[in-house]
Formats: sequence, C-alpha cells, structure tokens
Amino acid sequence: MAERVFMKGCEAIAEAGVRAGCRFFAGYPITPQNEIPEYFARRMPEVNGIFVQGESEVASVNMLYGAAAAGTRAMSSSSSCGISLYSEGISYLASARLPAVIVNVQRGGPGIGAIQPAQQDYLQATKASGNGGFKMIVLAPSTVQECVDLVYESFELAARDNNPVLVLTDGVIGTMMEPVVLPPMKTDEELAAIKAHWDVNKRACIGHPLGQRATCFPGSVGTGQEIANKEAEAMYKTWDKDVRVEKFMVDDAEIIFAAYGISARISKAIVRQLRAEGIKAGLIRPITVSPFPYDAFRDLDFNQVKGILDVEMSIPAQMRWDIDFAVQGRCPIRECRRSGGQLLTNDQVLAGARELIKEVL
Amino acid sequence: MAKGRVEIATEFCKSCEYCVISCPKNCLAVGEKVNSKGYPYVVSANPDDCIGCAMCAQMCPESAIEVWRG
Amino acid sequence: MEKVYTKTQGIFQDVVSGFCPGCMHGTAHKLVGEVVEELGMLDKLVRVEGVGCCGLGQSYVSHDVIIAAHGRACAVATGVKRCSPDSLVYTYQGDGDLASIGLDETVSAANRGENFTVIFINNGIYGMTGGQMAPTTLVGMKATTAPFGRNPKEHGYPMHVCELLSQLTAPQFIVRTAVDTPQNVIKTRKYIKQAFQNQIDGKGFSLVEIVTTCPTNWGYSAKDSLTFLREKMFAEFPLGVYRDKDKEEA
Repeated sequence: MAERVFMKGCEAIAEAGVRAGCRFFAGYPITPQNEIPEYFARRMPEVNGIFVQGESEVASVNMLYGAAAAGTRAMSSSSSCGISLYSEGISYLASARLPAVIVNVQRGGPGIGAIQPAQQDYLQATKASGNGGFKMIVLAPSTVQECVDLVYESFELAARDNNPVLVLTDGVIGTMMEPVVLPPMKTDEELAAIKAHWDVNKRACIGHPLGQRATCFPGSVGTGQEIANKEAEAMYKTWDKDVRVEKFMVDDAEIIFAAYGISARISKAIVRQLRAEGIKAGLIRPITVSPFPYDAFRDLDFNQVKGILDVEMSIPAQMRWDIDFAVQGRCPIRECRRSGGQLLTNDQVLAGARELIKEVL
Repeated sequence: MAKGRVEIATEFCKSCEYCVISCPKNCLAVGEKVNSKGYPYVVSANPDDCIGCAMCAQMCPESAIEVWRG
Repeated sequence: MEKVYTKTQGIFQDVVSGFCPGCMHGTAHKLVGEVVEELGMLDKLVRVEGVGCCGLGQSYVSHDVIIAAHGRACAVATGVKRCSPDSLVYTYQGDGDLASIGLDETVSAANRGENFTVIFINNGIYGMTGGQMAPTTLVGMKATTAPFGRNPKEHGYPMHVCELLSQLTAPQFIVRTAVDTPQNVIKTRKYIKQAFQNQIDGKGFSLVEIVTTCPTNWGYSAKDSLTFLREKMFAEFPLGVYRDKDKEEA
C-alpha cells in the first residue's frame, strides 16, 4: 500500500531522492531550498548514505561529480545564483557523461536577486547551464506530488543517458505543503545491481586491476572531443520520446495559456474560471521544458486559436522564446509576468487574459 | 669487475642529466647519439666503475634506468 | 646480478611522459606508483587529477583516473572517497590548481580531515599555460604576467600552503619535501608512503608538498634549475614536516 503523507515540497523532493536510491548528497545553504540539505542531513545516516555540506556550491557540485564517478547515485540542490556556481560542475558532468540529479528551487534574479520564488532561470536551465553547448533533460513539476514523481524518475533518466538531469522548480512549490503518495524505496539489492552495472561498463573509478583501468575524462584532445560531442548529440536526439506536456482543455480552445510550474497552476484556475464564463480557454503546460514540447504549439489549429498568453514569473519573459519558435507568428503572443520574487496572483493572470481576449476575440 | 650495471631505456631519456650529476662514481655521460625525439641520451660511459647504487635511477624523472647489483 | 631498481607498474611501461626534460612531475608520478605498488594496492588506487601540467599524467599512469575541474580535485576526491571508502584515493595537483583557484576546496577538505592523500607539486609557476605568475611565485621572480618580477605591493607574497594548513586541527600529516637529490627522493618516497598508510589506517588528511623545478618556464637548463631550486625556492619554502599527529601523540 502506497504511503500518503503531508509534506513540504523541499522535503518531499529529498525523500523522493532517497527512495530513488540517492546515497550521496552535497549542497550549500541557500534560501529557499534549505530544507532539502537539512532533510538529507537527518535522513542519510538512516539509509547508509552520505551527506556533505560543501564549503561552496562550486565544491558541492564537484563532490557530486566525484560521487557519480565512483558509481553512486548522487543528487544536489540549490537555488538560482547557487545554480550559476554549479554551471562549471554541471558542464563537467555532461562532458564526462556522468549521471546526477540537480534541483533548482528558483528564486529572483539576476545576481543575488531576491530570496522569494521566481521563474527566472528558464533560459539558463534549458539552454546553457554551463559552457560547451550540452543539453540536459529539464523537468518542471507544478505540484509537490509531481516533484516527488519527477525527482524519482530523474535518477532513471540520468542513469539511462549517463547525463545530468535538472529538476526546475521554484520557491512556491518548494515551501508549500501538500499530501503526497511516496514511491517505493529502492532496496539495497537494487542499488547494488545499479552500482555493479555501472562498473561492468568499466566506468566506476574505484580502483581496478592493471590493464583494466577506469577513467573519467571530461573532454579530450583533438578529434576525440568532436567524437564525444557527436555521441552526445546522438543521445539528445533520442529525447523526442521523452517530451512531456499537459494539455488542459486545449481541443476547442481559442485562448491558450502557456505556463510551467507554479504559474501553470495559477493559469489552470483561470482557465476554469473563463470556461465557466463560456470563454474557450485552455492551457499547455510543458512538463519537460527541455526537451521542449514544440509540437504542442506547432500543431495547434491557428484558425481556431486566436491568441496565446505566456504566463511566467520572469521579466523579461523567457519561455516565450520557445513558444515563439514553435508558433512562428501564426497568432499573437502576449505576456503576463511578475519577477524578482513577486508572486503572480489569480487577479493578475485574469487581467492579462482579459486584455488578450479584448484584443483577439 | 663492476659491482653493478645500469640499463638505460634510451627512447625514454630526455637528457636532463640528473642521473649524470647524481652518480657518485661518474659512470654516466650524455652520449653522442640522439633518440627519436631528438634527445642526446645518456649512456654508461664508465660501466666498470658502476657499484649498482641506483642513485641515477632514483633521480630519473622518466623511470628510464634499470639497475642491477651483485 | 640482482635487479635493484625497475620501473613501477603504477605507470604505463611503454608510454613516454609528456613532461619537459628535467621536470620533476615524472619523479613524483613514479614515487606514487612505487609506494602504492609496495603497499599492494595499485588495484585500489584512484587518482583525482588537477588541471595544468599535472594533467599530463592522465595518459601516463596505469591506474584509475578522474579528471577534476581546475582546482576542484579535493572536492571531487571527497565525493569519491566518501562513496568508496575502500579505494585508495589521492589528488595530484600543482600550485595554481591547489593554492589559487582550488584553495577553498583544499583548505576545506583539510579542515574536514577528509581521508585521502594530496600530492602537491609546487614549482612556483604556471607551467601548462606558459609561465604565468602562481600563488607560489617568488618575490622578484619573473613570470609572463609579472614581467618585471613579482612585486609584493601589487601581487602579495608567495603562499605557504603547508604553513597555512598546519594551522588547522584536523589534518593528520603535512610535509614539504623535494626530489632534487637521491637522498631527498628516498625521503620523499617515505613521506608519500606514510601519507598513503595514513589513509589506509583511516587517519585522515595527508598532504605531501614537493618543491620542484620548472626548467622550461624558469628559463634554465635542467641542471641549472637545481641551483635555483636549492638557493631560492628552498629559502622561501623550507623543507620539513609541518604536521605529524602520530609524532605529536607519541
């Protein structure tokens, strides 16, 4: 029987990680995600796992790199300006093709920004979390339950691709409490099998007999790097099947809300309200913001859809560029935004929708 | 009769001469021939004086010297 | 006759190193190999490698290698050793990597008393990038980014890593040594062995600093670089044991 418990977003993320087999966590305090490292600090000793409070974000992500190179399921979390410091390590993880899970509980930016929730790291997360043009699967939950499910699954995706996976959430979801059903705990046997499989592939840098050495080389010289880039690209191209998107009341919709994470949740409430008024509204919510569900927008019937409202807690808007890329000017796109830790309210989103409706309907 | 013997892997020698200056018996010297990398490699110039102390091998950064004693 | 010195299995038998003539990286590499071979633990050995000339070791050593980002070796080694406590883990870092960009990671790992071994090569200059000023460059010593010599008013003074780390409580063993004479090579081998034995015994952080030459970027022949090493480098960086908890407790 599945466990149903009442949990804070950050703690649920941490517990999901433990249950997925995470046995190494390193992180550095930063609001609003401190409950994640705090939870791991208490929880890891119970499951024979390792928690290290790194001396910095830079050190933490590189500890993650070491743990992953040793074949251990590893995870870390931070927030916005902390994730900027992670970019070196994330790029190295991608280059060395090491699996790891990183959670960004977004806050305001740029720079130190504000400690309150925001969605201002979209472009960083989906386009360039470090140098070198690598890609990651980036998952964007909109409920605490979805945080749990996606964090749990992200370890499998990371292991499948030998690539870091980013979970992009925000300070609202991280600090809210909701009832969640927790997934089953990976057994020690399952974890041993995962570790052994990693080493069978001669990847775990834990020491080997002469002539069988394992190496963890991010990048390489000369043509070797180009070969590695091509291999990574081939892997990215397999992600079409991983695209996930929630389409809510889209089939007959004339007004489409486009939003991810907490903004999508607010937008959904407004879609319902407008429907009650007889306005044909719908919501497209990317769950994978990378790979982005371009087809969900590209394949809309633009004879029917009159306008799109991009709802984001970011000024300037960021996901807007991916929507633009898919829509190619076939209908007007308007924005409803707050930033710097200012939360969107139902009234603001409704007002944004009314303006768009006035313009296009 | 020499008490020791050295064998120099000439392809590994970079002619730094650390071995030459650390040999207590002045057995070693830079030779006249060069290896494929262009280094004039060290040779055992006075092999009869070798005592097999391995000081040269201790110093060699390239692990190019093997030593026998007895 | 009996063979008394042979190449360690810790490095590839058929690979010529990428190091310059007279560079003592090769000496440090072989000493690590010899020591761990003697301890019978080459099959447990994991090298976490810094960036710089020390990175030339990746294709030279025969054991497991993880290349860390510049300066992050001590953080990476923390992850490896904590997750795989049976492995014999060491970082191999130069002065720029360990004492400049990676100083935070070094000091913090030392302060946690992480149970791995650090081999620190100090030649007072950035070798790989072509002779720029290092944190350990001597006062007055020329570098491509200090063309008129290191000026304390502008650049401060050489960083003394052993002295700095020996202010911490946790480290087990901190030593500064050299490989400029056969006697010093033998001494350094002993220190490296102690540093690895400490790890096997779970005693915690051990660091062996080896003050070496960089003939290429110092602008000397290999032989002449030894004179500079002994007269100038040793004067600034005195050799000796800076911390040995075993001795302190005895």
